[in-house]
Amino acid sequence: MIPDASSTSVEAWSRPRAPQWSFIASLVIVCLGAVVVFTMTQWLDRYAVTLCALLLINAALAVSLTVSNGLSGLFSLGHPAFMTIGAYVAAILTFPATRKGTMLPDLPEWLAAIEAPMLPAVLLGGGVAGLVSLVVGYAVLRLKGHYLAVATLGLIIVVQGLVRNWDGLTRGGSGLSGLPRHVDIWWAYGYLVIVVALAWRIKYSSLGRAIMAVRENELAAECSGINSARLKILAFSVGAVLAGVGGALTAHLISVITPGTFSIVLAFNLVVMVVIGGAGSITGAVLAAAGITLLSESLRPVEEAANLYGLSQVVVAVCLIAVLYMRPSGLFGSGEPSIVKRIFGGRGQA
Amino acid sequence: MQADAAPKLEINDLSKRFGGLLAVDRYNLVLRQADLVGLIGPNGAGKTTAFNLATGILRPTAGRIRIAGRDLTGARPHVIAKAGLARTFQNIRLFADLTVAENIMCGGHARHAAGTVSTLLQLPSFWRAEQTLRNEAYRLIESLDLGALAARRAGDLSYGDQRRVEIGRALATQPDVLLLDEPAAGLNPSETSELMAFIRKVNETLGIAILVVEHDMSLIMGLCQRLQVLNRGALIFEGAPQQAQTNEAVIEAYLGTRRRAKANA
Repeated sequence: MIPDASSTSVEAWSRPRAPQWSFIASLVIVCLGAVVVFTMTQWLDRYAVTLCALLLINAALAVSLTVSNGLSGLFSLGHPAFMTIGAYVAAILTFPATRKGTMLPDLPEWLAAIEAPMLPAVLLGGGVAGLVSLVVGYAVLRLKGHYLAVATLGLIIVVQGLVRNWDGLTRGGSGLSGLPRHVDIWWAYGYLVIVVALAWRIKYSSLGRAIMAVRENELAAECSGINSARLKILAFSVGAVLAGVGGALTAHLISVITPGTFSIVLAFNLVVMVVIGGAGSITGAVLAAAGITLLSESLRPVEEAANLYGLSQVVVAVCLIAVLYMRPSGLFGSGEPSIVKRIFGGRGQA
Repeated sequence: MQADAAPKLEINDLSKRFGGLLAVDRYNLVLRQADLVGLIGPNGAGKTTAFNLATGILRPTAGRIRIAGRDLTGARPHVIAKAGLARTFQNIRLFADLTVAENIMCGGHARHAAGTVSTLLQLPSFWRAEQTLRNEAYRLIESLDLGALAARRAGDLSYGDQRRVEIGRALATQPDVLLLDEPAAGLNPSETSELMAFIRKVNETLGIAILVVEHDMSLIMGLCQRLQVLNRGALIFEGAPQQAQTNEAVIEAYLGTRRRAKANA
């Protein structure tokens, strides 16, 4: 990783960092972000604000993917599957009780009666996604590289098929529309802040170093006393929980969820964000997610005017190829820019 | 330091079969505190396989491995490492993208790291654990004279420095037993003599039992109290290094029999 000026001697890195200082600095940044979000809600129209909320959620999803893929060196494409699970679990919980009887006849009595508030619904969505990831991870994380990618790609298909055919619980292919619009840009912003904070805490801890050690050399990590199987499942599941939450939030932002909402295309886009930003780089994931979302949204009018649908996909793919060609390890490698590390207390290392 | 009589590592009749090939055939080893044993043998004799069996990378076909009295036959490598057996690799395996300091801190992870919840919430126990890891790594880095390299990316170091960092990472697990797989490979003569002094220091001051596989005979002869010779998977000699030089079986393993040597001449 990139050592910064403060860490060129042993004394510098072994000194305990001042948690208070960096805590205050992080707080200031979060407040500044909140001011920006507030300004947006005042000046932009509703469509643009929703778009910004989606951008924030995308950034958070990219960060969660960089935890499960970038730090650990796994190559999982399973994010959309966990998002779908999280979204449906939350949607079934928050759906208006008056319409549940007709639209979701197979719901058990107690589920049909409740109309949960957003926060518990989202947490439960993330929790169920996490449980599924534990089961799936136990079986699938023995696979390496492309095999894991194929297996998790299969997981997307399985989850979509399940949702499409479990009519009584999910309303099948037509999906659930008219979900309560519980989520606004503040939810999205809060989600991003929490995901970045958790990712940062994992990365700059012994846990994160051990996960990266598994990525760098699994055999040597094992022989240094690191339980690689456990850490791979952990990284995979943390990513899955955060993806489940992200799926639930997205569904309640756009007020609709269908089996195809979170598709393989999304898996591709998220992986592109992580690769362009640099696998393992939190800053990189946020910036790449923002850049790619803005780029594809700004190309939408061009697509419509010139009748060139799919142009944004082409542009994203070209960006990916360009980055892989010029900077194979992404914009920031697996590190963070030193200025960001200073503010949030990366303690010079990692 | 008072030598502890109980064996730190005890290997009994360890065998490994790959299909029709018996790569290791009833290998035995007892290491007590502060032992320094050399393991030599011609290429393909099974030295690295024996290492991989002892550290849990390969599962033995037969035999027992006890570490500090605990039977750990067939245990996973991280369990064996935690029980007190550390190793280095013939082809260096560092965490290339991490710094030297981080590599060494990884060695302390199993003993000190805070749990997942504590890490995510950054509870006081998390900060204590990080501080312990840092202090321990700091002391080790100072004693290994790696201070100037601490913040460097491990993959960017010279070959000799990478060797030292790898031994440092193994020591960071605070092992009772250290297995060194060809530590002098790729080192020049002055680096090799530095390494010898270093291995002796680790052995004497820390009381760590060391088993070293090496082709550099000056290192083996100058360093080891005891020597084992492996040929075609089986031990053919165990004893004082000087005796190995005159032992018929050892000479035969390395040079072939007298008759064959004549025929070739």
